[in-house]
Amino acid sequence: MIVFASALTFFFVNLAPGGPGSVMRFDVDAQQREALIKRMGLDRPVEQRYAEWVGGAVRGDLGTSLLTDEPVSQRVGERLPNTLTLAGAALVLSIALGIPIGLIQALRRGSPLDHILSLLSAIGLSVPVFWLGIVLILLFAVSLRVLPSAGVTAIATDTPFDRLRHLVLPAVVLASTVLPTVVRFMRSAAIEVLHEDYIRTAAAKGLAPRVVLLRHVLRNALIPVVSAIGALVPRLLGGTVVTEAVFSWPGLGRLALEAAQGRDYPLITGLTVVVAAIAVTTSLLVDLAYTRIDPRIRIA
Amino acid sequence: MTRLGYAALATLAAIALLAVAGPLVWTIAPEATNPAQGLLGPSAAHPLGTDELGRDVLSRLLHGSRVTLVVGIAAMLAALLLGVIVGALAGFNGGWVDALLMRFTDGMLAVPAFFFVLVVITVLDKGISTLVFVIGALSWMPVARVVYGETLRWKTAEFVVAATSLGVPGPRLLMRHILPQAIPSLVVSATLGVAFAILTESALSYLGFGVQAPLPSLGNMLQRAQVYVFTAPALAIYPGIAITAVVLAFNFLGDGLRDALDPRRRR
Repeated sequence: MIVFASALTFFFVNLAPGGPGSVMRFDVDAQQREALIKRMGLDRPVEQRYAEWVGGAVRGDLGTSLLTDEPVSQRVGERLPNTLTLAGAALVLSIALGIPIGLIQALRRGSPLDHILSLLSAIGLSVPVFWLGIVLILLFAVSLRVLPSAGVTAIATDTPFDRLRHLVLPAVVLASTVLPTVVRFMRSAAIEVLHEDYIRTAAAKGLAPRVVLLRHVLRNALIPVVSAIGALVPRLLGGTVVTEAVFSWPGLGRLALEAAQGRDYPLITGLTVVVAAIAVTTSLLVDLAYTRIDPRIRIA
Repeated sequence: MTRLGYAALATLAAIALLAVAGPLVWTIAPEATNPAQGLLGPSAAHPLGTDELGRDVLSRLLHGSRVTLVVGIAAMLAALLLGVIVGALAGFNGGWVDALLMRFTDGMLAVPAFFFVLVVITVLDKGISTLVFVIGALSWMPVARVVYGETLRWKTAEFVVAATSLGVPGPRLLMRHILPQAIPSLVVSATLGVAFAILTESALSYLGFGVQAPLPSLGNMLQRAQVYVFTAPALAIYPGIAITAVVLAFNFLGDGLRDALDPRRRR
């Protein structure tokens, strides 16, 4: 998977008309052009450059940023913790809210509460992420003045509590990209499980409703939901670009924007591969979580 | 179709009418700047006020909806075309073509799309056609899976086997007998696809990579609005509500069509 992403990104960047090859059209004299070509290795064929790039990448060398002359791995490494914090918080929030909400909707199916929550999920799926961010800034930072509107921390007061306050709005906004889907999956999975014979059996043999709900309904309904969450991780990571832009959050998403604006090819290539690697690793972890929830599945 | 579906259809018709006929009735040019009249509140001359360059917000909303709808529908068509080709080839041919194309589809689904969009935009020129291409290239995968599933399902149906035994050639079999079976699912995918395309367009335009000024789109109207969120919050409100309404309507219409066209999935 990671190999696929790296090849796709690398060849696309290098073969596209606006790629590094466009140095040929730069307004520089012959000597400077010669130096640029040497530096970017454009005097060698693209397959050879890809092989060299992969060779470096497995040893942690992703090349050098064109804009700042720093190693790509260093620039990515600086920003990585911020993005992982943001995406992690949003994922935890989506799971912690999505599963109970979906379960309640399934239990109260057809009630006004169910309809209202379904409508909210539909709206959540339709609101542009960045606009939700702007509206929340308006509400909580401009009108109520209770939460900060940008950054990871205030310069003067770098305490854990202050960092948490800065995390609230971006995490909520990012969570809105996946939360409605988690709710929908949980609701339909729980509705299906509630109709199963074994649930009726469990209730009939006199198990406490709470035990039926937690041990039988929840556990069985979680199986499809967990795999859905795994599939949502790429969407969550993609959402960091917009969220980080709205809240000036110094993470990988904003780095990608800077790289795209500055046409920093090595940086955008390395960055995308790292993000793809995170997505693949997370999916793998979700698959492993699967075996914990569903004992029928054994790792071969 | 559900009542909600009809309501969504009516809403879309109204929005489309506004986007098509609105600019003919409200004739202030969306690009006309007047720095002396910037950031005005609502007035008779400018019912929704003006933006930071003194441009009429109502006019920009009407023209912006037009641009956003056109980009959304064009991008959906691009995604549909790509998805149908990939899904039908993989499903109909089977074997290594199937394996190759469907693994590619899985791969595309696992790459965080927005980063890949930035990669594409780094190397291509900004503009409407790039935008349509990028959104299409980003969203054909679900269509491919739908068509793939339908092709596999109908390939072995009796009427297809009968047509084969009558000597109907492969391409004709695919076009005339198999793909038409996928049309109901495709209508649903296409409707939901427009919603996705409009959300993506607005996000890219907001980031400055989509529709370029002075052409307005609902997304790029919000780009500058955040700067003035403290002084003129209304600038950020109108386009956002417009996007949400359009996307919500397309999503509800898609759900309604699914219930109407696909009885198996009726809840």
